[in-house]
Amino acid sequence: MSRNHVSATVNGDPVEFLSHPGATLLDALRDDLGLTGSKEGCGSGDCGACSVILDGRLVCSCLVLAAEAQGRRIETIEGMADGATLHPLQQKFLEHAALQCGFCTPGLLVAAKALLEVNPDPSESETRYWLAGNLCRCTGYDKVIRAVMDAAADMRQARVPA
Amino acid sequence: MVKVAAADSAFRLYTDGLGELEVEATSVRRLIAALEARFPGLGEHVSRRMAVAIDGEIHQDADDAPLRPGAEVWLIPKIGGG
Amino acid sequence: MSDVLDRPETAADLKVVGTRPVRPDGADKVTGRATFGADFAMPGMLVGKIKRSPHAHARIVSIDTRKARAIPGVKAVVTAADFPDLASEVMEGGESASNMRDIALNCMARDKALYDGHAVAAVAATSSAAADAALAAIEVVYERLPHVIEVEAAMQADAPLLHAHLFTAGLDTPPAKASNIAARNRLARGDVDAGFMEADAIVEGRYVTAAVHQGYIEPHATVAAWGADGQCQVWSSSQGQFMVRTYCAKVLGLDSSAIRVTPAEIGGGFGGKTTVYLEPLALALSRQAGAPVKMVMTRDEVFRATGPTSGAVIEVKLGAKADGTLTAANIVLKYQAGAFPGSPVVPGTMTALACYDVANFEVTGYDVVTNSPKVAAYRAPGAPISAFGVESAMDELAIKLGMDPIALREKNAVRDGVKAAYGPTFRDIGYVETLEAIRDHPHYAAPLGPNQGRGVAVGFWFNVGGESTAAVHVNEDGTAVVVTGNPDVGGSRAAMAMMAAEVLGLTVDKVRPIVADTAAIGFSMLTGGSRTTFATGMAVTQAAQKIVADLKRRAASVWEVPIDGVEWLDGSAVCLAPGKTRGAAMTLAELAATSAKTGGPISASVSLNAQGAGPGFAAHICDVEVDPETGHVTILRYTAAQDVGRAIHPAYVEGQIHGGVAQGIGWALNEEYVFDADGRMENAGFLDYRVPVASDLPMIEAIMIEVANPRHPFGAKGVGEVPIVPPLAAVANAVRRAIGVRMTELPLSPPKIRAALDGR
Repeated sequence: MSRNHVSATVNGDPVEFLSHPGATLLDALRDDLGLTGSKEGCGSGDCGACSVILDGRLVCSCLVLAAEAQGRRIETIEGMADGATLHPLQQKFLEHAALQCGFCTPGLLVAAKALLEVNPDPSESETRYWLAGNLCRCTGYDKVIRAVMDAAADMRQARVPA
Repeated sequence: MVKVAAADSAFRLYTDGLGELEVEATSVRRLIAALEARFPGLGEHVSRRMAVAIDGEIHQDADDAPLRPGAEVWLIPKIGGG
Repeated sequence: MSDVLDRPETAADLKVVGTRPVRPDGADKVTGRATFGADFAMPGMLVGKIKRSPHAHARIVSIDTRKARAIPGVKAVVTAADFPDLASEVMEGGESASNMRDIALNCMARDKALYDGHAVAAVAATSSAAADAALAAIEVVYERLPHVIEVEAAMQADAPLLHAHLFTAGLDTPPAKASNIAARNRLARGDVDAGFMEADAIVEGRYVTAAVHQGYIEPHATVAAWGADGQCQVWSSSQGQFMVRTYCAKVLGLDSSAIRVTPAEIGGGFGGKTTVYLEPLALALSRQAGAPVKMVMTRDEVFRATGPTSGAVIEVKLGAKADGTLTAANIVLKYQAGAFPGSPVVPGTMTALACYDVANFEVTGYDVVTNSPKVAAYRAPGAPISAFGVESAMDELAIKLGMDPIALREKNAVRDGVKAAYGPTFRDIGYVETLEAIRDHPHYAAPLGPNQGRGVAVGFWFNVGGESTAAVHVNEDGTAVVVTGNPDVGGSRAAMAMMAAEVLGLTVDKVRPIVADTAAIGFSMLTGGSRTTFATGMAVTQAAQKIVADLKRRAASVWEVPIDGVEWLDGSAVCLAPGKTRGAAMTLAELAATSAKTGGPISASVSLNAQGAGPGFAAHICDVEVDPETGHVTILRYTAAQDVGRAIHPAYVEGQIHGGVAQGIGWALNEEYVFDADGRMENAGFLDYRVPVASDLPMIEAIMIEVANPRHPFGAKGVGEVPIVPPLAAVANAVRRAIGVRMTELPLSPPKIRAALDGR
C-alpha cells in the first residue's frame, strides 16, 4: 500500500514525511521526524501523554491520522523552550518538583500551555478540569497544579506593561 | 547462647511446633549451621527464605552479622517491596 | 567507618541534605529529550510483537509457524521450543525470591495457556504491518479448559486445576491432592480464644478487594541485540538492570557476563517493572534474526499480561476491652497469585497488625493461583490489602465502643520497646508521632457538612536495604561524578548527588549523578522496596567518605604532616598540625588538579549489603462527600502524616506521599479488573480502568515527621511505599461516616454506593 506524502509545519519549521495510511500523527512525529518527546501511553486518547497543539487546538496526536496533518501547524514539547531558555511552565515544573518519572510531563506541559493560551488566570478547579485528560500516576497532581498556577501568575506579570 | 524465635508457621514445621529455641551461635552464619545440624532442612530454609532481626534491626543475607550473647534474634520471612 | 558523619547530623548542621535543588535530569524531562524505553533505536532494528492466548485456560495442542515465517519481512518466529525447559529453581534476582521456571513460563507459555493474554509465540519483522501479518498467520490449536479467577472459587476442592503438581506448602500434613492453593502461612502469638473471652466488644467483617494494576503510564519497552559473537545488549525500561540481566541469563541459559543491560529512563514502575516480560523474547528473536529487535507493549497488553496485584478476601475478627485495649485478633487472608504462585500474602500477614500492640492473635494467609496474569509487586506489596480489612474493622470497633478512632489507635500503638506482631522489638520508630500529628492537625477539627464524612487509617511498611554499589570520581577540575546502578523512579539520583556533595563539601551543582549499565558499575539490587535513598545512599556516602580520607592523605603528604593533623572542612583540606603549615588549606579543586603527583586519580567505590532499614509508619485523615443521587464519592480533603526518618530532598519525599495516596484513592474508589464470563479482561484501557485524574483529587497535605534511623549516615528511612497502605480504609471509613453504611467491597464505585444507600 502506498504511503501518503505529508507537508506540515512543526514547531515553526517546514517538514515533510511519508506516512502509512493507518499511521497516526504520533507515529509520524516519533518515527518519521525523530521527535520522541510526545509519548504513547495508551494509543486510545485516554492518557494525554501524546498531547500536541494542532492549529492552536489541544489534541491527542494518537487520535489524529498522520495524513490529517497535511498543511497544518503542529506544536510539540520540543518547541516549547526558546533555544536554551525554558518556557515559564517548564521552569516552574522543575522548581516545584512537579515531575517524578517524567513520562507524562511533556503531555502535561503542552496541555498546560494550551490552557494558559485560552485562560491566563485559571482557578485551581479550572486547571484541574482542563488537565483531567492528562494522566499522571506518580505525583497525585498536587505539585503539577501548583506549578501551572505559579507559571500563570508569572506570565501574567510579564504581560503587564512597564 | 542466643534465644531464637520465629512467629511464622513455616519455621515451626521444621521444629515440630517449637517457636523458640536456644542456640549456641556467635554469628548468623553459625546460627544457620547450628539450626541445620539440629533440624535438617531448617538451616537451608532460613538461609534462603528468612531475614534475621537482631535486637530489632532487620538483616537480610547478612551471614557475617555478629550475635552477642543474649541478643534478641527473630527470624521473619524475607521482605521484598514494590 | 566514618570520621565525618558518625551519627545523623541535626538539620542545622547540613548544607545540602534537606534542601530542594532542581533535579539534575529535570531539564531533559521537561523538554522531552529524556530517553525512555520506546525512544531508543538501533540501526537495522526490527519490530517485535507477541501472539497471545485468547483463552483464560487452555492446553496448547500445537503451534504451526510455517506460514508466518514465509511472509516477506518476517525475520524470526519463536515459541517455547526456542527456550530451555528450566527446572524449578528459586533464586534471588528480583524484589524477592522468584521461581525462574515460573518466570520463564510466564514470558512464554509451554503446554498450557494460563490466562487471557498469556504469550504463546513472538515474531520479529521489518515493519509493524509485517509483524501483524505474521501474528495472524501463526496457527495455534487450543483445547479450552474451564477457568477460575475469583480467589475463593479457586480454593474449592473441585475448582479447575492450573498446575497438576502444585501441592499446598506450609500445611502440618502435606496434602495428597494437588490444588490451586500454593501455600498457607500463619503468624500467631498468645491464645486467641482466651483473648476473645476477655473482650467486652467483638467486631467481625469480611472484606473484598479486586485486582488492581500499578498503572504506570509508560508501557513496557525494550530493544535487544544478540551479537554474532553471543554478546548481548539490552536497553530496557525497568526498575533493575541487574535483575533484567539475571533473569535473561537464566531464561536463555547464558552467562551473566554475556549480557549488558542499560537502563532507560523509566516511566513509572511501582513494583510492576521488577520482573521481565519482553526482554528474553526480544533477545531470542534477535538471535534468530541476526538484528536488534524492539518490543513495546500496547496498553491493552500491559493490562492483560503484566502485573497486577492480588484481588483478595480478608476476614477480620477483633476483640477489645471497653477502654479500647485490643485483646485478640483473628485474620484470614486469601490472595490471588495469578497464573503462578507468589502473591504478596506473606507480607500481608506480617503487616496486618504491625501498628498494634496486641497480645493474642492469629493471622493466616493463603497464596492461591488463578487464571489471571501473574501478579507482580505493587508498592508495599500485600500491605494495603490486609490494612483495608484491619483498619475498617478497627473503625467498626471505634464506633461500637463510642471511641475516637485516633484515640483507639493511640491506646494500642506500637512504640520503641514493643514487640512487633511479626516478632522483633521495635527501635527508633515514629508511629505515635504520626498519630499525634493528625490528632492535633486543624483538619481533624474542621467542621463537616451534610453527606460528608471523615475517615482515619494507619499503615506500616518494612522498607528494605540490600546490595548496592556506588562509585565517586573526582574530576580534574574538582567537580565530581557519582555513579550508581539504581534506575531513578522518583528523583533518587538528585538525592545521591546531594549526599555526595554534603560529604565532599561541594555545592550540588558540582556533582553529577549517573545511573550506569551493568558493565559500568558493580551489582545493585533493583530500585524498589523503598531502598534506594537508604541503601544506595549509604554506599554513595561511604564512597564519598573514602574520597575524603584519600584527600586528607594527599594533603598530609604535601604538607608533610601526619594524616591526623588534617581536617576536611567545607570542601577543603585544612592543616591543624603544629608547624609552618598550620592553617594552610587546599581546596578540592587544587587537590584534584595535582592528583597525579599525590598518587593518581581520585576515585572510590563501595559495595555493601545495607542492613537496618528503618520501617515506616503513616496515619491519614480523609474527608469525603457522597452524592446521594449518583453514589459518586468526592475526596474533599486529605492529610497524610508519615515518619520519614530524614527527608534528604523534602520535595521528593512529599512527592512519594502524594503519589502513594493518589494510588490508594484510586484503589478505593474506582480501579478494578473486570473479567467477562470467558475470563477475558473487559476494561483493559484507561477509559474503563479508571485511575484518578487531576479533577478527582484535592491538594494533599504531607506532614513529614523526622525520627532519624541511626543506621543511615543521614538518618534516612524508606518513604515510597508506606503512603499507599492507609488510603483504602481511610476512604472507606470516611464513606462509612458519611452514609452510615459499612462498605466492605472495593472499589467503592457509584453503583455499589447507590445500592448501599437504597438498602439503608
